[in-house]
Amino acid sequence: MMKKRIANWKVKENITFNQNYCLLKLTLEDEPFPEFLPGQFVQVKIDNSEKAFLRRPISVHYVDEKERELYLLIQIVGTGTRYLSCLQPDDSLNLIYPLGNGFSIPDPSKKSKKLLLIGGGIGSAPLLYLGAFLRERGFTPTFLIGARSERDLLQLEEFNKLGTVYTTTENGRSGEKGYVVDHSLLRKKDADFIYTCGPNLMMLSVARYARENGIPCEVSLENRMACGIGACLCCVEHTIYGNTCVCTKGPVFNINELEWQI
Amino acid sequence: MADLSIHIGKLELKNPVLTASGTFGYGLEYADFMDLARMGGIFVKGTTLHPREGNDYPRMVETPSGMLNAVGLQNKGVDYFISDIYPEIKEIDTNIMVNVSGSTVEDYVACTEKIDALDKIPAIELNISCPNVKQGGMAFGTNCSAASEVVRAVRKVYHKTLIVKLSPNVTDITEIAQVVEAEGADAISLINTLLGMAIDAERRKPILSTITGGLSGPCIKPVALRMVYQTYKAVKIPIIGLGGISNWKDAIEFILAGATAIQIGTYNFIDPAIPVKVVEGINEYLDRQGVCSVRELVGGLIA
Ligand SMILES: Cc1cc2nc3c(=O)[nH]c(=O)nc-3n(C[C@H](O)[C@H](O)[C@H](O)COP(=O)(O)OP(=O)(O)OC[C@H]3O[C@@H](n4cnc5c(N)ncnc54)[C@H](O)[C@@H]3O)c2cc1C
Ligand SMILES: Cc1cc2nc3c(=O)[nH]c(=O)nc-3n(C[C@H](O)[C@H](O)[C@H](O)COP(=O)(O)O)c2cc1C
Ligand code: FES
Repeated sequence: MMKKRIANWKVKENITFNQNYCLLKLTLEDEPFPEFLPGQFVQVKIDNSEKAFLRRPISVHYVDEKERELYLLIQIVGTGTRYLSCLQPDDSLNLIYPLGNGFSIPDPSKKSKKLLLIGGGIGSAPLLYLGAFLRERGFTPTFLIGARSERDLLQLEEFNKLGTVYTTTENGRSGEKGYVVDHSLLRKKDADFIYTCGPNLMMLSVARYARENGIPCEVSLENRMACGIGACLCCVEHTIYGNTCVCTKGPVFNINELEWQI
Repeated sequence: MADLSIHIGKLELKNPVLTASGTFGYGLEYADFMDLARMGGIFVKGTTLHPREGNDYPRMVETPSGMLNAVGLQNKGVDYFISDIYPEIKEIDTNIMVNVSGSTVEDYVACTEKIDALDKIPAIELNISCPNVKQGGMAFGTNCSAASEVVRAVRKVYHKTLIVKLSPNVTDITEIAQVVEAEGADAISLINTLLGMAIDAERRKPILSTITGGLSGPCIKPVALRMVYQTYKAVKIPIIGLGGISNWKDAIEFILAGATAIQIGTYNFIDPAIPVKVVEGINEYLDRQGVCSVRELVGGLIA
């Protein structure tokens, strides 16, 4: 396990798009660049806000090791995320990292494995780095990304560089109309492994699909956190091991570990 | 370099900066961020005689400058602590103290006796103030006769340093403090969390699974400071002050109000290296003020 660090990162670029999303590119000066695993997250400090007193957990969206850059993809939902969307180049941002366990990566000798990455809304954020990580190790991931509308489908161009991308929208303006689990791709039932991140109800239906078809499946949870490092026990999820910290034993769990009514 | 060392009961502490139970895990969670040996001591997670699963999720909600928690003393029990945690933490070069919690007097006593057998645990903090357990917990800390009964029973079996942690959820904290002192506690720590509540207006529902929870963080500091000040005037035993401390200045304020030592709680979540920064800040303050020892500052408000 990599040591956890706390450090100030510098904003290189902050791109706002579709009104309520932003892509934050951060770089680390004067410190060795850390090793991030797909599915891990960082705890972001929101300065000078009594309304966003606790740090905010945000997934690793992408890592560009050559440029020493960490990307965060953020949906603006409240005080903390709005603060992040307003950061300017050269501003600094204090992070605790790397946190959480990350998705499991299949044995590289099994390159023919069909890996399906299913994202819902902002839950697609960690799947870009996961896709890139898998691609680098010789796998060809397939993405299925669902969102409310075409404006909530994020970074499709980037996903397209890594594998085939299927989409659904609730209004039907992009890809198939409906939810991800209703997508025709799933009727083929030929995935060997499913990774998913998104709203809990979506992940539950993906977990059902996976269980019914005997496909191993990992979900990434977004429980509310205070410390993010396993000290407060605020973020727990019922699992077969009892109440378990999502910030240290997760955020990624195999569906067989959860006490969900799958 | 000022003298930061202090005494509490039989305890010798290299400095007055400690970390609060339930906010610092077993210490090791923070080892990546600082040298734990630089702190005066660590109060580990609330430990009970039997394992506890704690309350259901959601157990936490953020509030302005603070948070409400309803963790409910989730822990694997004292036997697990002894077999699995203690061997890993006993080598940390600072005072490791256990926060003993329970729901009956017998539980408190039995848990204390087991901890007493551990060489490297020089003190316990008796938690008679947890608002998040259905039975016991805070009930012991809000009623003078219950408080006196549990402290007496534990004192009888425990001869190392006994610290009793008080609840702020009372009309007059000095009454309980005096009872606890009379039963032979070596020190008192205050405050535990303030009972609070949060509601989701859209869904018309309480946010926490337990409806109410314990408020902590900078928002409770003025209340905590006032209680330390009042208690300092009412008892002779040392006070460990806590509640909302987030920097060295807050720590100094508690010491001036009458605290011999302080604990940092919720702010560890925001800055996991904060204890060391507070130690350094106190030291610089003392040098700047020309005070030789932190002990001279205790209760040192200028009238
Ligand atoms: C491990 C993990 C990874 C995450 N990754 C990302 C990411 O990559 N990009 C991203 O945009 N968001 C991510 N989130 C969610 C993000 O942390 C919250 O949206 C953020 O904390 C909200 O802060 P705020 O101050 O803007 O909103 P607040 O003012 O605190 O809340 C605004 C609204 O957001 C909801 N909310 C707050 N916290 C959470 C939470 N933890 N989960 C779900 N809803 C919440 C509240 O119910 C409220 O309605 C992640 C959460 C976790 C636990
Ligand atoms: C998540 C959490 C868990 C806690 N668990 C315990 C506990 O097990 N025993 C205890 O005596 N106090 C517990 N407390 C209370 C703290 O030790 C402290 O008294 C309180 O939070 C006030 O200090 P602060 O404002 O610096 O956090 C807990 C507090 C929090 C936030
Ligand atoms: S957020 Fe504190 S233990 Fe997970």
